[in-house]
Amino acid sequence: MASAAPPVLLFKDIDEPGLATREVYERRGGYESMRKALAMTPEQVLEQLEGSGLRGRGGAGFSMGKKVSFLPKGAMDKYLVCNADESEPGTFKDRELMQKTPHMLIEGIVIASYAAGANRSFIYIRGEYVLQADALDAALAEAREAGYVGEDILGSGHSLSLVVHRGAGAYICGEETGLLDSLEGKRGNPRLKPPFPANQGLYQGPTLINNVETLSTVPTIIAMGGAEYAKLGVETSTGTKLVSVSGHVRRPGNYEIELGIPSREIIYGLAGGPEVGRKVKCWFPGGSSSPVLKEEDLDIPYDFNSLAGAGSMLGSGAIIVVDDSTPILDVAMKTAKFYRHESCGKCTPCREGTNWTVTMLERIDTGEATPMDLEIMASVQEHIIGNCLCVLGDAMAMPIGSMIAKFRDEFEAHIEAARAKRTLGSDSALEAQGALEEPPGLLLASDGSGDQAPGAHDGAPGTHRGGA
Amino acid sequence: MSPRGWDVPADLEKDPATIPDPATTDVPQQLRESIEAHMANYPDRRSAALPALAAAQRLHGWCSPEAIEQVACVMSLTPAYLESVASFYDMLETSPVGRHSVYVCTNISCSLRGGDDLYESFVAAAGEDLDFNVRAFECLGACDIAPMASVDGVYVGPLTTDDVRQVLDDVKAGRDVLPDKQLARRLVADPHANAEEYPLHPPEGAR
Repeated sequence: MASAAPPVLLFKDIDEPGLATREVYERRGGYESMRKALAMTPEQVLEQLEGSGLRGRGGAGFSMGKKVSFLPKGAMDKYLVCNADESEPGTFKDRELMQKTPHMLIEGIVIASYAAGANRSFIYIRGEYVLQADALDAALAEAREAGYVGEDILGSGHSLSLVVHRGAGAYICGEETGLLDSLEGKRGNPRLKPPFPANQGLYQGPTLINNVETLSTVPTIIAMGGAEYAKLGVETSTGTKLVSVSGHVRRPGNYEIELGIPSREIIYGLAGGPEVGRKVKCWFPGGSSSPVLKEEDLDIPYDFNSLAGAGSMLGSGAIIVVDDSTPILDVAMKTAKFYRHESCGKCTPCREGTNWTVTMLERIDTGEATPMDLEIMASVQEHIIGNCLCVLGDAMAMPIGSMIAKFRDEFEAHIEAARAKRTLGSDSALEAQGALEEPPGLLLASDGSGDQAPGAHDGAPGTHRGGA
Repeated sequence: MSPRGWDVPADLEKDPATIPDPATTDVPQQLRESIEAHMANYPDRRSAALPALAAAQRLHGWCSPEAIEQVACVMSLTPAYLESVASFYDMLETSPVGRHSVYVCTNISCSLRGGDDLYESFVAAAGEDLDFNVRAFECLGACDIAPMASVDGVYVGPLTTDDVRQVLDDVKAGRDVLPDKQLARRLVADPHANAEEYPLHPPEGAR
């Protein structure tokens, strides 16, 4: 775990002028890995990918090599789709790669398609990323001209078409099957799995779907060798990872880290931590879909298994830091409203669950909620998880569930304070009673509202399910 | 406000629209060529629906019934199908909007740094100006420059409420919007990323 000189693979000299052009990229050794890979057999390339231990960088963290190997053999059309929809709140790492070093992604796609036997590929990029899509289009034109994309690439017999497909603004299209439907020109509704995309994906054909960062790492793996790459990071999380740090930190931005370093080193060491005098209240380790962690969790190593062990997940590698100036209700409300807006509406638990969660959070703010609402809200989350075609609903349920569990006192205090305010009618009346203080977490449950017996919310989770 | 665009109730007396007849549907040549070029990119022409609708929207300002009909004619799809697609995506407009889009991110990372106030300022400053389409948008993937906005597709940030007037004036005058705050010019935050011969890190002013 070298903290003095961290390995820099993807971000090496990323701001070098002209890196987005083929000329500069090749001067720096670009497309060498592609030549090396095309001289190997597809099986050998696959061996290197599997040996690298590379896990998907988009969110699920599935072994990239395994995913490639799932594609059936045979002469049918096979597809490789690069997921560049990057819509997970807090995530902006792929953006940096596509904008500044688009050839690295194209090279990775050519190599991965060779290993998978895919002959058609697509980059599905979110429509908001205009600058990045333009950079990819320009790079693709150069790559085609050089014969790196097209028929019989460099005489290897491997042919590949590549199209940059621009989305039009929908979070759900980052979900792999929603993405496929969208790429087929439909509404981006997720599909039932199985069949999995490896067997029946785009146009019902075998399809490999990988994230931008995952594919951009492939040239490096071929250059260093899978075994060498696997020495970086920790056993179950090899290599380096791009981390997007945002929210209440002094130096928000993208950082390349070796997996397994303490999370504190990223949030404080690299991103500078919250402003002086502020403390970390909670942080999302892997985008807004990941269960929140608290300040005492800052020493957890930043890797897939350690974060999973702590009840959260590495996800897309987007750390959102919230400091102690922000009420947890605001964080929950933002999160829930986002998922309500983005739910495609296909599955009832997600469509209704996201909507009711927002409604119940609003009740807290307007003073209509009772502590029992927290139980109901927690039970709504439980009923979403695992009950939908895709994980969008889970992506709200997990963080909201974690907030209710970890900040219960603050939620209860907020409920009481808002009820008191509602009952007494005005802030001034409340202030007279000494009930309104900042932050709301300091409020005592005994103030203001007499009709809520203490302990009324103590029922085990699920007690109120019938009423929900 | 009277109903506009697709909000006009459907006339159930009429039969559903079929694929428009190429002989009687007037499609601007440039739009037709653009859509046909997109269709040629895919094994199935239907895949070109999003780029085709985006092209029609650029021409018409929004996915108007006329725009949809033209796309439907070239792609041999029904208008209803394309309407269902257009209504799914945030960037496809199903009612008339101002020609200049200002998407203000109000998702969590931006909102923690003042994104909601920024949005309110844009709404207030743009006022009734019909040239602007100011929208609160979900995470635009630029939390490093939070709070930020995408102005006609150009990412700028971090913005303060004091920048709002300047942004709108720049757009009106056809100028480059706040060049110093454009994402395109921002260097990566990682201090280990670049060798020393490249611009020093982190850049002053980009913090």
